[in-house]
Amino acid sequence: MDRKAKGKKAAAGGDGIGRETRLELYRLQVELRYCEKRAYDLFLQNLVKGTSHLSLGQEAIAAAFGVAMRPDDWTFCTYRGHAHTLARGASMTGVLGELMGRECGLLGGKGGSMHLTDVKNGAMGSYAIIGAHLPVAAGAAWSAQYRGTEQVAVCFFGDGTANIGAFHEALNFAAVWKLPVVFVCENNLYMEYTPISSVTAVKHPAADRAAAYGLESIVVDGNDADAVYLTAVEHIGRARKGGGPALIEAMTYRHSGHSRADPAKYRPEGELKKWLERDPLKIYRERLAKLGVSEGTLKDIETEAMRKVEEATAAARASPAPSLDGIERNVWADGGAAWRN
Amino acid sequence: MAELTYREAVAAGIAQEMERDDCVVFLGEDVAAAGGVFKTTVGLLEKFGPKRVRDCPISEQAIIGAAMGAAMTGLRPIAEIMFSDFLAVCWDMVANEIAKTRYMTNGQIALPLVIRTANGGGSRFGAQHSQAVENWAMAVPGLKVVAPAFPADVKGLLAAAVRDPDPVLFFEQKSLYAMKGEVPDGEHVDKLGTAKVLRQGKDCTIVALALMVHRALGAAEILEKEHGISCTVVDVRSLVPLDTKTILGEVVKTGRLVTVEENPRLCGWGAEIASIVADECFWDLDGPIVRITTPHVPLPSADLLEDNTIPSVDRIVREIREKID
Repeated sequence: MDRKAKGKKAAAGGDGIGRETRLELYRLQVELRYCEKRAYDLFLQNLVKGTSHLSLGQEAIAAAFGVAMRPDDWTFCTYRGHAHTLARGASMTGVLGELMGRECGLLGGKGGSMHLTDVKNGAMGSYAIIGAHLPVAAGAAWSAQYRGTEQVAVCFFGDGTANIGAFHEALNFAAVWKLPVVFVCENNLYMEYTPISSVTAVKHPAADRAAAYGLESIVVDGNDADAVYLTAVEHIGRARKGGGPALIEAMTYRHSGHSRADPAKYRPEGELKKWLERDPLKIYRERLAKLGVSEGTLKDIETEAMRKVEEATAAARASPAPSLDGIERNVWADGGAAWRN
Repeated sequence: MAELTYREAVAAGIAQEMERDDCVVFLGEDVAAAGGVFKTTVGLLEKFGPKRVRDCPISEQAIIGAAMGAAMTGLRPIAEIMFSDFLAVCWDMVANEIAKTRYMTNGQIALPLVIRTANGGGSRFGAQHSQAVENWAMAVPGLKVVAPAFPADVKGLLAAAVRDPDPVLFFEQKSLYAMKGEVPDGEHVDKLGTAKVLRQGKDCTIVALALMVHRALGAAEILEKEHGISCTVVDVRSLVPLDTKTILGEVVKTGRLVTVEENPRLCGWGAEIASIVADECFWDLDGPIVRITTPHVPLPSADLLEDNTIPSVDRIVREIREKID
């Protein structure tokens, strides 16, 4: 079935996605949205320091993969990784606490927004050097293949990544070794502040390069959680059964700038408005209503998500700053930082 | 005791660890079917099979990145970077990813992996295949750095590096590959972070690494016999962790420190040792610290030029006579 047909079928509800899965997809998207908005509010209150890169508008991708993955699968994501980390089940208090530099942060305040990691939930790190984590995800997939665990590594990155060397090295390496890794390019049309189309030789930065590695060219509507979910299930399943890697390009749009410092004034007038009409949450809420999910059920999901965000915010705000002892901890496996005797 | 070459000791060390632990895997360019461009890994493919000994494309970022991903998920990879100069191609993986991940994740991710590489000059390969770059690694928190001078140390320290829970960069000096030496029979595991005193003297303590250890020993012999200057020679072996106890102890005994470094002048490991010695045993010194290094130039290729760039036995003798006598 071609992608468009699949999307239409999903929209009509005849795609085999069960009601519980759909409710989970909605719940997760709402949680990610509310948490990202809260992160921005906390930044305006000067409680979140440093930089942060929000996934507002791109939540469907993280949510759909989060639901499609097995608990012991691995996520590798970028500095725009709050949503992907939360989607694996990381504590929201841990995420907000890390953004705020508190003791309760996922990394005890030593990583920050761009490096969220939660190994116990399979979130194997957020990598802030473009392209670096693609070979790392391939390596994790190699480990799964070697040990026969049928785990799959899923690696998220932006459109700009498709122009850096590590992308090409990792794709070739994963294809030659038939590794169980799914590469997911979230094409939000901008490489930081520059339109990706103005710096890329092909229309689809990832999908149009797939053929170079003997892979199928896959483009999916990244704002349609069902379409992403079905694509994720198919390719994660294939990888798990030894079918090798996949490269998926999910078309999406970020509602805010590249980072907190970016007002995104480079975007043509009307573009944001057009994409807000295709807001993944709006699309999904309308679809669920059409499929017969009651307004009350949807409201309950939203109320519960907001309660969770409020609770996490309060807990993170109440958490003390990290102890200064931590500065010289955990360079080495012995817990310390000694480089001499 | 068996006599092995430095290159045979590499394969022996890897084989010992692969036999012991199924999680140890080995990857690199031309390492499996070809046995390595320096023939350091001959026989490993035949012994352990293509699942554990893997040839890779010329993709240093993929090789080191894959080693990292494998290490964080339960394997203990040994990755080869053919020439240490090529570390620059994957330096993001080494310096930004591997070195920092344990710290940034507050200990959530462990990276027990080894990056082996052929380092240093003496082979007339020119400036992009001959640098001594161990200082690059030494400057990055989160990396352990080892550079053996003898076949026995190659095997023992490589085994220790594989068993270490942290990332280790293992610098093999390529002009030592043909050198022979006694290697203990049976399982041989050394200890990282331990320097060795190879010769004890009264007048001066020479601290050296890898190829320079042999030149320091040669110079010490001549200085003793021909000039009556008696030198201690310390083989540093491991830059991180650094065995400052042994080094400081030997400097205090002679009152003089000379470092012999293959690296270009600026920020060489000897500068760090000089700083520690100046800080901690200044009043035990009888004269200024001397650093003998390659001048601050990229390495030339012609034999005469290269031989006059890297510290030689003659130059070490001359400088010590001038500055210590």
